[in-house]
Amino acid sequence: MASESACRPDREGMLSPYRVLDLSDERGILCGKILADLGADVIQVEPPGGSSARRIGPFYQDEPGPDSSLFWWSYAVNKRSITLNLHTADGQALLKRLLPTADFLVESGPPGELASLGLGYAELAEINPSLIVVSITPFGQSGPYAGYQAPDLVGIGMAGLMYVTGDPDRPPVRVGFPHFYLHGAAAGATGAMLAHAHRTLTGAGQYVDVSCQDAVARALANAPQSYALDGAIIKRQGSYRQTGSDNYMRITWQCSDGYVNFLFSGGAGAGASANNLVRWMAEEGMGDAYMESLDFTKWGYGTITLEMMERMVPVIERFMRTHTKQELFDGAVSRRLLLFPVATPRDICNDPQLAARDYFRQVPHAAFDEPLTLPGPFANSNACPIELRYPPPMVGEHNRAVYVDELGLRPQELVRLREFNAV
Amino acid sequence: MRPLEGLKVLDFCWVAVGPMTTSYLAEYGATVVRVESRLRPEVLRSAPPFGGNVRGPNRSAYYANYNANKFGFGLNMAHPQGVEIVRRFVAWADLVTENFTPGTLEKWGLGYDDLCAVKPDVILFSTSMLGRGGPHSRQPGFGPVLSSLSGMTGLTGWPDRPPTNPYGAYTDFIVPRFAIPTIIAALDYRRRTGRGQHIDISQLEASLHFLAPPVVEWAMMGREAERCGNRHPSAAPHGAYPCRGDDCWCTIACLSEAHWQALCGAMEQPAWSREARFATQLSRKAHENALDGLIAEWTQDWDAHDLMHTLQAAGVPAGVVQTNRDVVEDPQLAHRGHFVYLDHPEVGRHPVQRSEFHLSAAAPEHRSPAPLLGQHTAQVCRDILGMSDADIAALMQEGVLEDDTPLPEA
Repeated sequence: MASESACRPDREGMLSPYRVLDLSDERGILCGKILADLGADVIQVEPPGGSSARRIGPFYQDEPGPDSSLFWWSYAVNKRSITLNLHTADGQALLKRLLPTADFLVESGPPGELASLGLGYAELAEINPSLIVVSITPFGQSGPYAGYQAPDLVGIGMAGLMYVTGDPDRPPVRVGFPHFYLHGAAAGATGAMLAHAHRTLTGAGQYVDVSCQDAVARALANAPQSYALDGAIIKRQGSYRQTGSDNYMRITWQCSDGYVNFLFSGGAGAGASANNLVRWMAEEGMGDAYMESLDFTKWGYGTITLEMMERMVPVIERFMRTHTKQELFDGAVSRRLLLFPVATPRDICNDPQLAARDYFRQVPHAAFDEPLTLPGPFANSNACPIELRYPPPMVGEHNRAVYVDELGLRPQELVRLREFNAV
Repeated sequence: MRPLEGLKVLDFCWVAVGPMTTSYLAEYGATVVRVESRLRPEVLRSAPPFGGNVRGPNRSAYYANYNANKFGFGLNMAHPQGVEIVRRFVAWADLVTENFTPGTLEKWGLGYDDLCAVKPDVILFSTSMLGRGGPHSRQPGFGPVLSSLSGMTGLTGWPDRPPTNPYGAYTDFIVPRFAIPTIIAALDYRRRTGRGQHIDISQLEASLHFLAPPVVEWAMMGREAERCGNRHPSAAPHGAYPCRGDDCWCTIACLSEAHWQALCGAMEQPAWSREARFATQLSRKAHENALDGLIAEWTQDWDAHDLMHTLQAAGVPAGVVQTNRDVVEDPQLAHRGHFVYLDHPEVGRHPVQRSEFHLSAAAPEHRSPAPLLGQHTAQVCRDILGMSDADIAALMQEGVLEDDTPLPEA
């Protein structure tokens, strides 16, 4: 599925000159991963024994272990790892020695946690005034809910994404993979880079306070505006999507062997697609005079009324059920319909488009005979592409390189610090 | 000084993913000239809700959410002189952005190589559904479809029901999180090396980083994750529980023994909570259906917000499943100034969502609401290209430039 590629730490990236100390756990882990892929030297600073992100299943071969978490692989690749116990004076002293070498520091502890260790932004900035510090928390550093606990389910619900997702006759559902912290962590990379751009103008660092609730609230499409302007409460609609007080799109359709997504709506693009489907149905003798009388490009995006939907949907449903996923997708490609299969992970791994673009990467890992298959670059560049630099690191794999070779600790000191549980 | 002071952006982006990306640049100091044409109206301008509930190209609050601070430049790209004017703007710009179907810029003679001929160190940012190259590169689509292709739809919903799409053009709001750091990294790279570049993001490829572990699970173990409603693979209780009122819900997520004990305390230790089948995390998970039913009996008489506050105070992760109204009125989002209210001549007073991070040394700016179609055409041609008023008027007359004269009724 993908050709094996060697990891090459010396490959240049857009952010090669910069170093990130990544103190975050699974909640903030994607922030540093984005910066690492773009070339920064991202050092995951783990507690002795390893990050809690290493304890998230599933595990390779169903054998839990610090190096076999698929979550860890996915979000730690291209980072280095050192261990450091922030709850010991020795660990704190080591962090302070590392600070002058860093351009960014990322953390995802509860508000006030670092400050309680004497490592708040003010203390960090005193040591390195050009440092950019990024904090990723569920609700931000202050405010009425700042102290509330929000695992993914709680956060997605609080941000408004859950109420509008799911079947109308069942409870609201969350997105099927935990996204609350991924949104916040990834937004942290944007905040970090804006602060970096600012630093190139002013020379000064700053503090970046990210709220995951704010981040997910930005994924609500026009739902906030629909309430603010029309007073509309947007409800979850299963296969449909409510786009206004009396406006709908239909999205998911059953076919003969699974499901497809076909965005049935007006608008320049979606309307042309709908017109193409109407023509296709007519060619196969399943046409409908009412639908053929309409030009969907003349309707606005998401402006079809429920009454119109009820008139047209059964006709389309009948057509979809006479075809397989593949037949419908092949037709969509040749006839330019906004239609794709509802893909499963297997479909994604076999996707001809991803294969043609050589998307997946095979990453050799010292702990396993088989190379790891991981998602490829999130962006392509003709000048400075995203490269594989490091496999997902083992716990403290780079302690020696960082503490001994770089900071100049004697190897015996490192042993002693390990015995103190400081690294 | 603002973070992106001096950055000049020629913005061909449309719909959601592109304009959301460039909205962050405009919020932090960049000059963004947004190219549009009345001959192929921006899709989001026709998307509800509309100011005064009246449709019109300048009335969409959805469009307005992503286009504050930008200059509206009306240009007819089908006219040969339109392309010539674009070249003059390219000479001015640091960054050109677009999210057309691959091949569109090239068709105009404005592909990356063409842009480099005008401005050798230009940065071109492109994003499309499936990227450049490959058999489906030019297959059209919007975010709701991409949620399906990226596997998110298939994993969302109930095991005994068809899959359900995450609300909205969902991946459109994921991709900017990868796009913006890449754009700013490219600007930094150019500052240090003098080299521009072409960044091309496949929205599918970026979105898969939000679903990486399940994809790796199939690739490495030949096993497919399945949709499971709101359940957690190892913890219970973990779900949305009914509260007083119509369609009111509160989530409860007990991920540790401490959470469970705190929940039992908040429920005032009902006898059932001491049954052997609920004594350990593994057995609570094994008896999850019964557990959910008993908890729902307790939650159904609570006001959802009261329940959230009570449980959080007791140390139980819990939260209201907030409606879009709750979100607009949410005190935490209000504390952070999440919704910035702007006055627009046709949309009226409307909320714009600010960036989700607060920079301690740089405030976001909302200098102007989203532009009317063609609102700033004369201004940008005069101020940026130095065109004379007479030239501008002539190009308007010829239909090359478009101003904000109301469109004739369709």
